[in-house]
Amino acid sequence: MKILVSAKRVVDYNVKVRVKPDGSGVDTANVKMSMNPFDEIAVEEAVRLKERGVATEIVAISCGPAACQETLRTALALGADRAILVDTDAELQPLAVAKLLKAIVAKEQPKLVIMGKQAIDDDSNQTGQMLAALLGWPQATFASKVEIAGERATVKREVDGGLETVEIGLPAVVTTDLRLNEPRYATLPNIMKAKKKPLETTTPAALEVDVRPRIATLKVVEPPRRKGGGKVADVAELVAKLRNEAKVI
Amino acid sequence: MTTLIIAEPGSATLQPATLHTVTAAQKIGGDIHMLVAGSNVAASAQAAAKIAGVAKVLHADAAQLAGTTAENLAATIVPIVRSGGYSHVLAPATGFGKNVMPRVAAILDVAQVSDIVAVESPDTFVRPIYAGSALATVRSADSIKVITVRSTGFDAAPAEGGTAAVESAPVAADTGLTKVTGQELSKSERPELTSARIVISGGRGLGSAENFKLLESLAAKLNAALGASRAAVDAGYVPNDYQVGQTGKIVAPDLYIAVGISGAIQHLAGMKDSKVIVAINKDPEAPIFQIADYGLVGDLFKIIPEFQSALG
Repeated sequence: MKILVSAKRVVDYNVKVRVKPDGSGVDTANVKMSMNPFDEIAVEEAVRLKERGVATEIVAISCGPAACQETLRTALALGADRAILVDTDAELQPLAVAKLLKAIVAKEQPKLVIMGKQAIDDDSNQTGQMLAALLGWPQATFASKVEIAGERATVKREVDGGLETVEIGLPAVVTTDLRLNEPRYATLPNIMKAKKKPLETTTPAALEVDVRPRIATLKVVEPPRRKGGGKVADVAELVAKLRNEAKVI
Repeated sequence: MTTLIIAEPGSATLQPATLHTVTAAQKIGGDIHMLVAGSNVAASAQAAAKIAGVAKVLHADAAQLAGTTAENLAATIVPIVRSGGYSHVLAPATGFGKNVMPRVAAILDVAQVSDIVAVESPDTFVRPIYAGSALATVRSADSIKVITVRSTGFDAAPAEGGTAAVESAPVAADTGLTKVTGQELSKSERPELTSARIVISGGRGLGSAENFKLLESLAAKLNAALGASRAAVDAGYVPNDYQVGQTGKIVAPDLYIAVGISGAIQHLAGMKDSKVIVAINKDPEAPIFQIADYGLVGDLFKIIPEFQSALG
């Protein structure tokens, strides 16, 4: 069984992002970039399925500028077998990415696509659901456990009230939540090996996908700063302030 | 210009997030219709008809719409959107809305604007990005705007005062793509996290699931909901539905009490719009203190019982 996994390149989750003074966006120049953490979980899940003998091949995809090759090399070092970069400097929005992935699915014919539930830059939480819709496939979003048996998958999903278990037929799209697994670190020998694994490049034009954005960003600002830093000496003062000053208890 | 709101049905009535979505729709302007789709959701449809500002309720009821299965819901929603000529389709940005709305948008071949916190005009909205580190003002060029609404950005519309007619809506045939086979829902005496007036959240500092009970009795005293940081959920102290943060629940109660939480940006993203924030942590350098109105440095295992008895 072939599995496709997504690997989006995003600003590293430890970086404190800064809004550009001209309000055009956030500053991503000279900022550490990494694989979207939810995509790391997706890659890890695929690798575990391969280790269990369920998956036979893992193909990692990234859409974006040439620098996404780094992200794909990370996916290869974690255990993906080969990688595809959809090379473009254009701004990509979730619907466009879903269409690019759909075109790749048509070529690769995977049984399963595993993706992060959201990317930690635009926080959209859309692409997996959109891909499933475009393909007419089932979607098991926010997965915290995935079990595959033949042509079916049983997925435990994180929902607002707790957990929900769904049964889906394959092919399908699964999106990962935090508790699905704990991704491994790439070892040095695997990083070296990853350099030799195949990485193919294509473009939106070659895939015949119109990626023009539907949404224009007019401005980006910093949120109003919260005036914090107040301290109380003890519980008595805390309770008095909550009662008499804040009047919330 | 007419907006269709996809209501999130509950067991007896609508989920409160739906009421906040109504307010967002009012800011957009035009008529507001509400689709209540699910299995055995007549009570929710009746509740929808009473919401002030809702002009018409569409009620789609079928066994295959049970649970939160996006496939059958989207198949039912899309023809209603097309035939109704709706300009906007809104849903709360809850687990329910996040699951189904992108599927609806993709079938309609339109973009989705996720998690809006303000409406500037019928096509321009404000949404947080980078875990709330920035606010983006975005304009959608699509003919149908598919939007999810963050509840903390909008007040709840009055649940009473409306007299909308309830019409039954056509349900699409079962796609057969997904079957819900089980649910493990957390049972709690406490109020629901996203709509509670007071929230007490625990972090890694609690140290164990056993210790989390300390917070339970304080929460009972304050009639507060219980939440947690990602670290506490990952450590298994509490179930996943307690998680407050960028990828968990977004809350903005009158009072948020963070106990043993250091305050990673991913956690702050889920609670920094709370009216009053209390932080209790033994590390005076913990980032949570920078946004807290009342910080108390000390051992939570001493402070929490003291706090509880001080409440009388």
